Order: sequence, then structure tokens, then C-alpha cells
Amino acid sequence: MTAATARVDERVAHVGALRRLLLRPELGALVGVLVIFTFFAAQSDVFRSWAGAANWLDVSSALGLMAVPVALLMIGGHFDLSAGVQTATAGLATGIMTTYWGLQLYASWVVSLALMLTIGFINGFLVTRTGLPSFIITLGMFLGLQGLNLGVTKQVTNQVQVSNIDLVPGYHALNNILASTVTIGGAKFPIAIIWWIGFTALGSWVLLKTRFGNWIFATGGDPNASKNVGVRTGRTTIGLFMMVSFMAWFVGNTQFIRFTSIQAQSGIGQELYYIAAAVIGGCLLTGGFGSVIGASLGALIFGMTEVGIVNVGWNSDWFKLFVGVMLLLAVLANQFTRRLAEQSRR
Amino acid sequence: MRRTWLVAATVVPMLVVSACSSRNAVNKPHNNAGGGKGGYGYKIAVVTHGSAGDAFWTIVQNGVKQAGKDMGDTVSYESDGDPTKQAALIDAATNAKPDGLVVSMANPPALKAAIERAEKAGIPVITMNSGEAESKAYGALSHIGQDEVVAGRAVGTQLKADGVHHAICVIQEAGNVGLEQRCGGVKDTLGGTVTNIQVDNNNLPAAQTLIKTKLQSDTSVDAVVTLGAQVAQVAEGAISQANSKAELATFDLNGDVAKAIEQGKIAFAVDQQPYLQGYLAVVMLTLYKSNLNVLGGGQPVLTGPTLITKENAAAVAQLAAGGTR
Repeated sequence: MTAATARVDERVAHVGALRRLLLRPELGALVGVLVIFTFFAAQSDVFRSWAGAANWLDVSSALGLMAVPVALLMIGGHFDLSAGVQTATAGLATGIMTTYWGLQLYASWVVSLALMLTIGFINGFLVTRTGLPSFIITLGMFLGLQGLNLGVTKQVTNQVQVSNIDLVPGYHALNNILASTVTIGGAKFPIAIIWWIGFTALGSWVLLKTRFGNWIFATGGDPNASKNVGVRTGRTTIGLFMMVSFMAWFVGNTQFIRFTSIQAQSGIGQELYYIAAAVIGGCLLTGGFGSVIGASLGALIFGMTEVGIVNVGWNSDWFKLFVGVMLLLAVLANQFTRRLAEQSRR
Repeated sequence: MRRTWLVAATVVPMLVVSACSSRNAVNKPHNNAGGGKGGYGYKIAVVTHGSAGDAFWTIVQNGVKQAGKDMGDTVSYESDGDPTKQAALIDAATNAKPDGLVVSMANPPALKAAIERAEKAGIPVITMNSGEAESKAYGALSHIGQDEVVAGRAVGTQLKADGVHHAICVIQEAGNVGLEQRCGGVKDTLGGTVTNIQVDNNNLPAAQTLIKTKLQSDTSVDAVVTLGAQVAQVAEGAISQANSKAELATFDLNGDVAKAIEQGKIAFAVDQQPYLQGYLAVVMLTLYKSNLNVLGGGQPVLTGPTLITKENAAAVAQLAAGGTR
């Protein structure tokens, strides 16, 4: 245990291929995906059919799209508890401006984007300026937006939902971009799945190949040290919160266009699933470590489980228990492999 | 730099305004129907267990407000889904010494003490929506609502007549007693199989996929019963995407559901007339205070189940869009 023995510095030590694989943050989630798929596919022929795949990819994609920026934000060392509610804010804003105030659909789409980016900016700005935990700041935003969503919707519509967006000129073009389907093997796959894959690739590229990505790791890993070496941690944090809000805008509007109506209470509670997906995908709650691809795989695990339980005909009362146990197992497995890999490296 | 901003600040709003058109405003803001001022001037407090964003309770609240306007009463509406907090709201209302109190009892034992405190203070109480069994024992004047089991049975009977053998009952709020009772009622009279599935009211897109998945996995399902209007809308999409021939029936109503019934996409809806529950409660208390009248002589006043079918959907659709049906 003495430090007398000469050792190769760990930073330049040779790391074997297997160990490098074990150190990948997304490994646990990938194993999880394979296990869950095999498990349900063995028991249900619908689950492994094209139509079945379309179902679980559909559920996964809505979660996965949001998990991408949420994972980036977590790697940057922060949470956004308002992420779920923001999807509703975005959809409601578009809906109310268009179907009640008569603003052209694309114009309200853009105004809704501006509104969402402002919300993201406020989150990020408050977190960086006050130095308070993002948990508290975004908890405030979470509650505030819930009230705003409900208050404004009821004031304007006298109900708690905005509907009839499909009667507005320009709807069909937008529907084609956001909510059309692609037929593969006789099953209709929502186009959101392609967006999901695209945004996952983009997010992963930003994280691993750009300067901004380096800044994210640095900000989440050690904000003070990174500030001292010239990383603009404030800008990085604000940028990350705005990315979450951007995606909330995208997802919220996609759902609104697809279902032609949106409820004031929609999205509440979903933020925890986004975070859970990111954690299963290998993101550390303390920041500085994680993977966008892992988060998307985490979302895939959720989607497959939720749909798989219905496929095999289990009593869905137990779904949440299953998810909770799985989350714990995934995190424990992640922790175990990582510690193993790190220990053997020293 | 400053000039650019100035130009932007003038041009952008102009663009936005010019992008407005009545072609886009397909939803008209609702105009509350004006009513005569009754001029009774009573103070009536309504405390329910409905959660804030709930479509159903919004309609109840609209009924309460309109009755207040029509009777010339001052009405207040408070709600909390948590029984302990609802009891605290009842106590707060009692302390304000209203002329009448309306309470929905989703969890009667938790509210018993608070309701009895109100009665001890001389405030007449009417229970509504849920808690019919306990209403009388707790000393309430009357109960207004729909018996969920009876409503469920009505749906089961109708489905049986349509030749249904295997229905799925979609529960959107885990642990809500009323929803379980509805599914139980359906099971009582259907005679076939009823399978419950659980979905999340706050994640309707996933709910749609889950219903679709169920239909694909079990092709013997020939009916889907939803327990709320919002879920009925997504179930409609699920059935068509799964290429299923399942019949769709729902509890509760909104504008889109009424429209879908009109188009034959939803077979029927069971409406318990939430507007009536809110409106009638205020009117009944007003009549009791002014003339000691009790509608139904203390027996429960039923507001449902009424069936909305293709025949009467068109007329109701317009009203539902305005938030009163």
C-alpha cells in the first residue's frame, strides 16, 4: 500500500480494449436494451414484429428526444425539473396563439420557440447568477409553468385543452414534417423516431467532437477549475438549459400537431423519466460524466418495458414497480462495472 | 447596432400582426351566457377533490360560477385532490361563515370531522359527485351525482347489446376508487371478459401506443372502454392504427368526443353532466336558504348516467366545446 513502488502515471497508462469498453458510459444501457429485448421478444410474437417495434420505438422516441438535451445538461452538472412541463407550455402557446388569437401557424410556431428559449435562458441565467442549485431554480420554474399553463389556458378557452389545430391552414405541411409515418414491413413508424436518431447523433457529436462539448464535460466535472482555465462555464450552462427548452418546444409541438389537441396538465411528471433515462444511460448525477447515446438507449429500455408488459399481457398495475427495480439495477450495474474498470486501471 | 434593434423592434411586431387572420382562429373564445341576476346574495362555498387541470372539474366549476351569477350568490370554488388538504379547505370555508357548503367526497372518512364541524356551525351541506353512500350519515341535506357502479353497468349493458365479448377498460389515474368502480360496473353486466389496463393521464401519446399494443397483442378484444374524454380521443387513434374493429365507448364528454360520436368513431359516451352537478348544488342551497326546499326530499339526485349517442351528439358537441357539457 506504500507509494514507494514506481508506477506508470495513470494518464499515460496503456488501457486494454476490454477495459476501455467497460469504461464506456453507455455499456450498461446497451446490455439492458439487449436483455429487455430478448426477454420480451421471446414471450411475445407481436413484440418482435414490425408493428410491435413501431410501438415501442414510438414510446421511446418521445422520451428519447428529451433525454438527449437532459443528458447533456446532466453532464454539465445540472437538472431541469421543468423539462416535462415545458413541452406543454410550447404546445399550448402555439395552439392558443393560432386557434384563438388567429396568428398564422408558422408565425406562432416561431413565437413559441422564442418563448421557450427565453424560459431556458431564465433557468440558466438564474442558476449561473445566483449559484443556487438548479434543482431549486427549476423546481420553481416547474411549479410556475404548471400554474401558467393552467391559468392561461382556462382564461382563454374556458376548458383545459386546446384543440382543432388540424383545421388551420398550413397544418398538413407541418404534420408531414413532424408527425407523418414511414411504412416499413407493413407497419407505420412515426417520423419522430428518425428525428430522435438524428438528434441523438447530433447531440453525441456536439458532446464528443466540439469545443462546446469539452466545455460541457469541464463545467460538470469541476466548474471552478474550468473557469480558471478559461472555460465560459456561465455561457455553457445557459446554453444547455436553452437546449432543453428547444427540445421541449420541438417535442411539445410535435405531440400537439400529431394529436391535434393538447391538455394543460400534460407533461407533468415526465421530467423524472427523462432524468431516469439519462441515468440508466450512464450519466452521473454529479455531472462530468455520461453519454447522449446512453441516454437514448435508456429511453429505449423504458419504451420497450412499457409496451412489452402490455404485449405479454401482464397486469399493468405493476408497471411502475418493474421500472423502479430496473432503474435501481441499471444504476447499480453501471456503478459496479465503472468501479471495477477504474480500480483495475490503477 | 442600435438602429438594427430599432428596425427589428418595429418590423417584427408588424410582421406578427400581419400574420394574424381569422382563418387561423378556428376556436372562438367562449362567451359566458348571460343570466338573470337572482339577487339572493347568499355566500356559497364549494370544496371539491378535483385536481386543478382536470377537464371534468373545470366543467363543474363553470356550472358553479354560472349558478352563482344566475342566483346572484357569491360563490367560491376551492379544490385539492389530497383528502387532508381538502378537509383543511372545508375548515377554512367554515370559518368564513358561508350560507351553504358543497363538498365532493372522494374519501368520505377523511372529511367526516370537517363536514360535521360545518354542520355544527349551522351551515347546510350538500355533497356532490362522490360519497353518495355516506352523505346521509354525515348529515348532508342531499347528494347530487352519478353512482359510478350504476354508470358502469349501463355501459356494460349497452356493450352486451352490441355483441361485445371482451372489453378492455383503460384506467388513467392509478388508485382512483371511482374509476375502478366504473370498470367493475362494466364487468357486472357485460357477462364477458373485462381486462383493465393502466395508462398515464399526463402522457397521452404513450397511452395511445399502449392501447394499440394491447389491441395488437390480443385480437379477441372487441371493445375499448375509456374513463375520461381525453383518453377516448387517443383510444380512437389507437383502434384505427391497430386496424382493430373494436367498439369504443367512454365515460365523460368533451367537444372532440361529441364530434367523434357524431362521425361514428365513438359508439357512445356516458355523461354524468358535471355542469349540472355544480349548478344544481348552488341552486339547491339557495332554495333551501330562501324557502327550505330540498330537491328529491333528501334522496340522492342523480345527474347520470345519460347516454350520448349518434342521435344527440351534434347538439351537445357545440356546448361541450364551450366548456359546459
